[in-house]
Amino acid sequence: MLPDGTLTPSSLGLKDLRWLIYWDKDKCALCGRCTAVCPVKAIELGVHRQRVVFSPLLDAPAKEASSGLYRVYYGIRQRTEPAHACIGCGMCAQVCPNGAILPYRNDEEDKLRFHFNQGGQPRRRGGRRNDPAPGTLDRIKFVRISMLTDPALDALRHEFELRTLLGRILPPEEELRLYREEGWTPPVREIYPLMIGGMSLGALSPTMWEGLMMGVAYLNEELGLPVRICTGEGGCPPRLLRSRFIKYVILQIASGYFGWDEIVRAIPEMKEDPCAIEIKYGQGAKPGDGGLLLWHKVNELIAAIRGVPPRVSLPSPPTHQTLYSIEESVAKMIQSLAMAWGFRVPVYPKISGTSTALAVLNNLTRNPYAAALCIDGEDGATGAAYEVSLNHMGHPIASNIRDCYLNLVKLGKQNEIPLIAAGGIGKHGNLAANAAALFMLGASAVQIGRYILQAAAGCLGSESDRCNVCNVGICPKGITSQDPRLYRRLDPEKVAERVVDVFLSFDMELKKIVAALGRSTSLPIGMSDALGIDDYHAAERLQIKYVV
Amino acid sequence: MCRLFCVTSDEPQSPMLALRALDVMREGHDGSGVGLFLTDLTGPFAELKDKPILSGIFTKDGLRRLNDFMNALGFWPLYRLVITTDKEPPPGTPKRDFYLIQVYEYPDGWENLDQEEKEFRLMMTRLQLRWMGEEKEDIIVFSFWPDVIMIKEVGDPLLVGEYLRLDRKELQARVIMAQGRQNTNYAINLYACHPFFIQGIATMTNGENTAFVPIREFLLSRGFPGYTGYQSDSEVFTHILHYALKKLGLKLEYYKHLITPLTDEEIKRHPNRELLRRLKLACRPLTIDGPNCVIGCLPDKTVFMVQDRKKLRPGVVGGRPGFYVLCSEMCGLDFAVPDRDKSQDFQPMHLDTVIVYPDRREVRRCSQMEPLPPLH
Repeated sequence: MLPDGTLTPSSLGLKDLRWLIYWDKDKCALCGRCTAVCPVKAIELGVHRQRVVFSPLLDAPAKEASSGLYRVYYGIRQRTEPAHACIGCGMCAQVCPNGAILPYRNDEEDKLRFHFNQGGQPRRRGGRRNDPAPGTLDRIKFVRISMLTDPALDALRHEFELRTLLGRILPPEEELRLYREEGWTPPVREIYPLMIGGMSLGALSPTMWEGLMMGVAYLNEELGLPVRICTGEGGCPPRLLRSRFIKYVILQIASGYFGWDEIVRAIPEMKEDPCAIEIKYGQGAKPGDGGLLLWHKVNELIAAIRGVPPRVSLPSPPTHQTLYSIEESVAKMIQSLAMAWGFRVPVYPKISGTSTALAVLNNLTRNPYAAALCIDGEDGATGAAYEVSLNHMGHPIASNIRDCYLNLVKLGKQNEIPLIAAGGIGKHGNLAANAAALFMLGASAVQIGRYILQAAAGCLGSESDRCNVCNVGICPKGITSQDPRLYRRLDPEKVAERVVDVFLSFDMELKKIVAALGRSTSLPIGMSDALGIDDYHAAERLQIKYVV
Repeated sequence: MCRLFCVTSDEPQSPMLALRALDVMREGHDGSGVGLFLTDLTGPFAELKDKPILSGIFTKDGLRRLNDFMNALGFWPLYRLVITTDKEPPPGTPKRDFYLIQVYEYPDGWENLDQEEKEFRLMMTRLQLRWMGEEKEDIIVFSFWPDVIMIKEVGDPLLVGEYLRLDRKELQARVIMAQGRQNTNYAINLYACHPFFIQGIATMTNGENTAFVPIREFLLSRGFPGYTGYQSDSEVFTHILHYALKKLGLKLEYYKHLITPLTDEEIKRHPNRELLRRLKLACRPLTIDGPNCVIGCLPDKTVFMVQDRKKLRPGVVGGRPGFYVLCSEMCGLDFAVPDRDKSQDFQPMHLDTVIVYPDRREVRRCSQMEPLPPLH
C-alpha cells in the first residue's frame, strides 16, 4: 500500500501482518534467491530512493545545495495484501547466501486474520490446529518407576516385545473353541505400534510418498520393524498394488472413493494382501467434514491415479453417501470390504475424536468383522480444512481414547478391539512420551502424520501459524506440492533415511520409558497406574494419579 | 522380596518346618507377615477330607455372625480347631480373638449338585463372609474348601508360628506353602498376604507384577465373582491359573504360555505353533511382566514353579523321591533337605515349568519349547 494509493477496508500495513521480514541492506548481495523461492510472493524486488544529505563541515568539498540529491538502491519490499502476506516459512533465510533476510513474528496480535476471507471465502489452510500451548499428553508423567522392589530393565540389553495387534481378537474361550473346531477366525496382524497415518499421494508429492514408502520397506525388510503406512484416500500407484510391498500398506477408503476402481481392479493380481483396510469416516482436523484436495494439486499423475479429470478440486463428502446409519456403515461397509479380500484382511473404521466415538465403538464391539477403531483427535493435521474446523472442532485424543478404553474394559472387550490413537502425537516433539502415554491410557497403536513430515522431510510448519500452505500445493519444501519444480527439491532417498532414523530413535525412547517401568514382554496397554498429571481435574477425568 | 517355601512330602509335615525354613532365609524378608497354605491334611481333617474347611480370623461378634450365617445356609459344624492364646503377641502382630479352622457338613441337597455348581457355591460363601467382614471388620476369611487350611498374620513368621503354636499335630500336612512378608506396594492388609487361593488353586510369588493393572482389568471384566480382591498385585497369578485351568480347560503346561508367551520367532519353531500363536493373541492381556517366581498348588496336590520371562527372581527345586521342596532360596532348601543329592537341584529358567505330581516320585521339568499336551 503506497501512501498515495487508495485506502480500502482491507488495506494492511506491516504492523498488521503476522510475519514480518527483516532485511539487511548492507548484507544483501542482490542475488534474488529470496524472491524466487518465496512461495507466496510476499517479497518483491524493490527500488528504494534515499535522499542524500551532506554536511558542510564534514563533507568537503562542501556542496551548496544538497536537498535535491537522491541515491537509488535496490532490494526487496514486503507485500501487505492478504493473499501475499508472509507465511513465515523462512525459505528466504534458507536460500540467502549472506544471512541478510529473516522472517520474524509480529509482536502484537495481527489484523491479518480478519482479512483472510477475501471473496467471501473463509480461510482454508493446511497444517495442524495452531495451538502452541502444551497439550495434556505433554503434561503426563510416568510416575511408577521400577527401582528396588522390581529392578528397572536395561533398554539397551534386554529383549523387548513392543509389537501390537491390528485385527479383531476373540475372547480366549472363543479362540480355543474355533481352534478345536477349525472355524474361521478374524485376521490379525502383529505390527509396530507407531504407524504412519493416512496421507494420500495427491496430498503429498510423489517424492515424499516414495520416500515414506521406501523408508517403511527398509524398516520392515532390513531392520525387522513391522511398521505400517496408510495410503490415505486417493488410491495407490498400480505398481505398488501389485508388489509384495503392499503388505506394509493400509489402504484407505474414504467417502470420495478416489482411486478405488484401480485398487479393486488390482485385487486379482495382488501378490500379497494389504496389511489392512481403513474406512475413513472422519478426521481429527475437521470432524464431520470430508476430505478435500484442491485443484492446484490435481495434476495429470494425480488425476490418473484417482480416476478424475485434472485440475478439478476433489472434495469427499462428509459421509459415505450410500450409508445412512451406523449399522449400515459397520455392517455393510466393513463386511463388503472384508469380503473383497476373502476375509483375510482386517478392516477398521477411522473416525474423528468426538463424544460420539463411544457410540461407534459400542456398535463395533458387536460386529465380528470390525478389526479396530482409529480415533483421530482434534490436533490432527490435514491438507486442506477450514480454519474454523481446524482450530475449534473436535475432541482431544487423551480423554477420548481413555473413555473408549474404559468402556471396553467395562464390556470385557479391552483386548478385542484395538484402539488406534491419532491427532497431535509428538506435536511438541515428544513423540515417544506422547505415544507411551496413549498406550497406557488404552491405545493399542498410534498414528502420526505431520510429525513424520516435519522429521523426515523438514516440513516448516509450527504451532504458531507458520507456513500452512500445504493445501494449495506451494509447499516450499516440496513435501505437499505437485509442481515438479517444487517437489524435485525433495530427495526421496534422504526422506527414507530420515524415516528410518525417526522409527529407530522412537524405538529406543519407547524402550527407555517401558524399561524404567519394568515392562518388556508386552506393550503396556492400559497400564494407567504408571501415569500421573499435575492437574487434579485431568487426573480425575483420565483416572490416573494426581501428582504435584 | 518375599521368601517362598513349598514342601510336598509323603510323610505329613508340620507348618513349623516351613516357618523355620523362612527364618533361615530371613535376610531376604523383613519379617512383616506370614501366610500358610496347608493341604493333603492329616488327623481329624483327613477323616473329613471331602468336607469344606473354613479358615479365618474372627472377633467374638464375628464368630457369632459367622455361626448365624452358616446356620442359615444349612452348614453344620463337624469339627473345630480354635487357636486362642493368652501370650502377648509378637511385635507388630495384633491381638485377635479367634483363629478358626472349622469343618462343615454340606447343607441338605448339595450332594446332588454337580461339581462345578458345588465349587461355585463354596466360593460364593467365602466371598459373602469376606464382604460381611469388610463391612464390620470382624471377619477375615482366607479359604473355604475341602482339605485346605490357610493361616495368615502380620508379624515375624517364626514368632507368629510359635505364638499360635502351629506345631500341633492336627495341622500337619503333606503339602505346605509358606510365604514370609507383607505387602510392600499397597496397604498392609491380611488379604494382601500370599498365598492366594481360589477354588482349590493357590499360588504365591516373590517379586512384583508390573503388568498388574491391565491384568486386573481383564480378570475383573470376565464377570466371574471370584476374581476380586487384588489387595496385592500377585493375586492375579492365582486367578490367571484358575482362568486357564477352569475357564479355558487348559493343563498346567499351558500356564506359562499365557503369562510369559514365547517370542514370535520361538513360536514359529514350536510344534504347536498355530495354537500358541492364537493363545498369545487372545490372552495378551494376561502377559505378566515380572519379575516373578510363582510357586503354586493345584486341586490335585500337584505343585509347580515358574519364572517370568526375564528370570529376575530366584527359585530352586530339590529333594528326594517322596520329599521335594520348592523354595525361593538355596539356603531354605539346604535347611529343609540337607541330605539330598544336590546335583539334582534345579533352578528353573525363563522357559521352564517345574512340576511335582502328587506321587512325588520326580521333579518334572518342562520347557516352553516342548510340545504341549493335547487340548481336551
